[in-house]
Amino acid sequence: MILLLNQILMPVLVLGVLGALAAGILCLVVRKFAVKEDSRIAQVEELLPGANCGACGFLGCHDFAVQCVKLGGPVGIVCPGAGDGNMCRIAAIFGAEAEKTKPKVAVLRCAGSCTLRHPAAIYSGPQGCRMESIFSAGPLTCAYGCLECGECEAACRFGAISMDSVTRLPVIDEDKCTACGVCVQTCPRGILDIVPKGPKGRRVWVACSNRQRGAVARKGCQVACIACGKCVKTCPFGAITLSGNVAVIDPDKCRLCRKCVAVCPTGAIHTANFPVLESPKTAES
Amino acid sequence: MKLHTFHPGGVHLPDSKLSAGKPIVDVGLPHKVVITMSQHQGAPARPVVSVGDEVKRFQLVGEAQGFISANIHSPITGVVKAVGPFVGSYGYDVEAVTVEASEEQHEADVEMPRVRVRDDAAIAAMSPDDIIAVSKDFGLVGMGGATFPTYVKLKVPEGRHADVMIVNAAECEPYLTSDHALMLAEPEAVVRGVEIARKACGAPEAVIAVEANKPDAIELLSRHIPAGIHVRVMALKERYPQGGEKQLINAVTGRQVPNGKLPIDAGAVVINVGTVYALWRAVAYSEPLVERIVTVTGPAMERCGNFRAVTGTPISTLLGLTDAYLEQGSKLVLGGPMMGRAALNPDAPVEKGTSGLLVLPPDMARRAEPEACVRCAKCVSVCPMGLEPYLISTLSRLRRIDDAAGENIMACIECGSCSYVCPSSRPILDFIRLGKGLLRSRKKK
Repeated sequence: MILLLNQILMPVLVLGVLGALAAGILCLVVRKFAVKEDSRIAQVEELLPGANCGACGFLGCHDFAVQCVKLGGPVGIVCPGAGDGNMCRIAAIFGAEAEKTKPKVAVLRCAGSCTLRHPAAIYSGPQGCRMESIFSAGPLTCAYGCLECGECEAACRFGAISMDSVTRLPVIDEDKCTACGVCVQTCPRGILDIVPKGPKGRRVWVACSNRQRGAVARKGCQVACIACGKCVKTCPFGAITLSGNVAVIDPDKCRLCRKCVAVCPTGAIHTANFPVLESPKTAES
Repeated sequence: MKLHTFHPGGVHLPDSKLSAGKPIVDVGLPHKVVITMSQHQGAPARPVVSVGDEVKRFQLVGEAQGFISANIHSPITGVVKAVGPFVGSYGYDVEAVTVEASEEQHEADVEMPRVRVRDDAAIAAMSPDDIIAVSKDFGLVGMGGATFPTYVKLKVPEGRHADVMIVNAAECEPYLTSDHALMLAEPEAVVRGVEIARKACGAPEAVIAVEANKPDAIELLSRHIPAGIHVRVMALKERYPQGGEKQLINAVTGRQVPNGKLPIDAGAVVINVGTVYALWRAVAYSEPLVERIVTVTGPAMERCGNFRAVTGTPISTLLGLTDAYLEQGSKLVLGGPMMGRAALNPDAPVEKGTSGLLVLPPDMARRAEPEACVRCAKCVSVCPMGLEPYLISTLSRLRRIDDAAGENIMACIECGSCSYVCPSSRPILDFIRLGKGLLRSRKKK
């Protein structure tokens, strides 16, 4: 009996007392050194996408939430990934009104799929867009176009970019794209761009970045912008200018009439979300 | 006698100098030249001519921009046909001036005699500053391949002192023989150029460093050094990359240039032998740097050789003079096999730094499939900069740029010894270049 008491009860008692003591100290320490965080930070973070993409300009989603609380609402800062709905909800936490932003989306300023550009060389080094662009202009004739390695696909935190298996160019899913701009920074060729999504998602953009002279650009790629200036002359709103041998459409001036699309001899001007086109030329493609 | 070489690292390569001892063949003046504006390190030159202008032979067409930059001259008389982007040798657009000569202009150029403008007495009377001004005006750059503006090197900064000038004639790259051919053809001019350059940088002694695989050049140069000048020829043990600036200083003087420091911090100025020859031509004949010796070679070629070509001559012209054959899958390398870069456009022009054209047949052009790193540390033992190539390569691949910077990635001279010895044929240097590029682009931001 005594043996039982000594060998079982005593250790249980000693450990139990020690455990209770440690728990008590822990309780005290937690109370004493508790970090008081504004509960709104957690609320804001809940509404953010949690991708830590850095598009807002802060270190990540938590940092953005901290900034929101500091500024008393999302004043002058915006999370493009959250979308207007969630930005309104974030603003509502602070009893403020969210600033309306124009929704934006990424577009690819290149349409030179593998059948439209010609192979110029064989590249046999380590794979990757940035890797290829270090060594030479890449395996295709156009030194400005897509290298087709898919670093943008890997970089997108929202799964909005996928490489088309036929054209081998990235395809942007506009519903998933948050216009965070990570792909723009990743692309060594700088052919991804963020543009306004446009009313009803309708937009017109030049899908080429080739800054070579028209003849040279056309030789390398069938759908290159050859800077002929037809679109500039056609545009009734003066929205198109030529800059460095490429047509540039000013989205603020563009009224989506699509006259430029019809006159472009190489089909370098692309559109999205318009109803079926009436012009026979573009209807073909 | 024990020959000197550098420490640490380095590899002994099969030298494959197929065109060694072949005489220099003059390519002649082309009727049309494309003069690119970035034939040197640093800021590209700004074109100072416009379409329709007539330019004379040796006239300035591109003006140096900023401290590290060089003037560009026209090698022929003719009319400017185009100023603007041209698809350069690597497929990217480069700013260029295209000059085309009529038949009469071409003939006048061909018959233009070379006129000596400064005799020996006049050269002896030149001050160091005069010589530096000449090298600046006439667009002299390092002709070993790095194309660093020569006047910047010759101008020893205030408070520093060069106690030796080293003339880089190591030519440690396999296949290349352009410097070798030049030394055999013009030993006297080379020695005179060395003496002029030595005076310009104020070094009491000049050493012409030649690897021991060129005994004929060593012998010939030694015979042409007149008594009473402080120039000597030094034979070095063959080892790659002996022609690297810091490696050469170590091989000749035994001193190490500290990481991040310049050769002048070790009291040395290093100048390529081709540059020294160009300096002689500039000083004695007032000729700008518009021509160079180009080796055209390849393991599958019979008629390889050394050619004297003016800058702006299309590469394809030189290839046409040999039995070089570009087929599907073969590789055209500008420079040697170790440091050269594959060219995409054979119509691109010869530039100041084009030391050789190497044509590799398809079976040699393909790279081996990389396998896993076996941690053998061969890359560490051959790195001439004492780096850990396997480590900085992996860090760059993982985009851990800060860690790579901490391992001194920027000290890498990109000699490629690590990739060469790797038994798993890993693309070590490729990833190091990636890391250096990322680091540089981030610094710019």
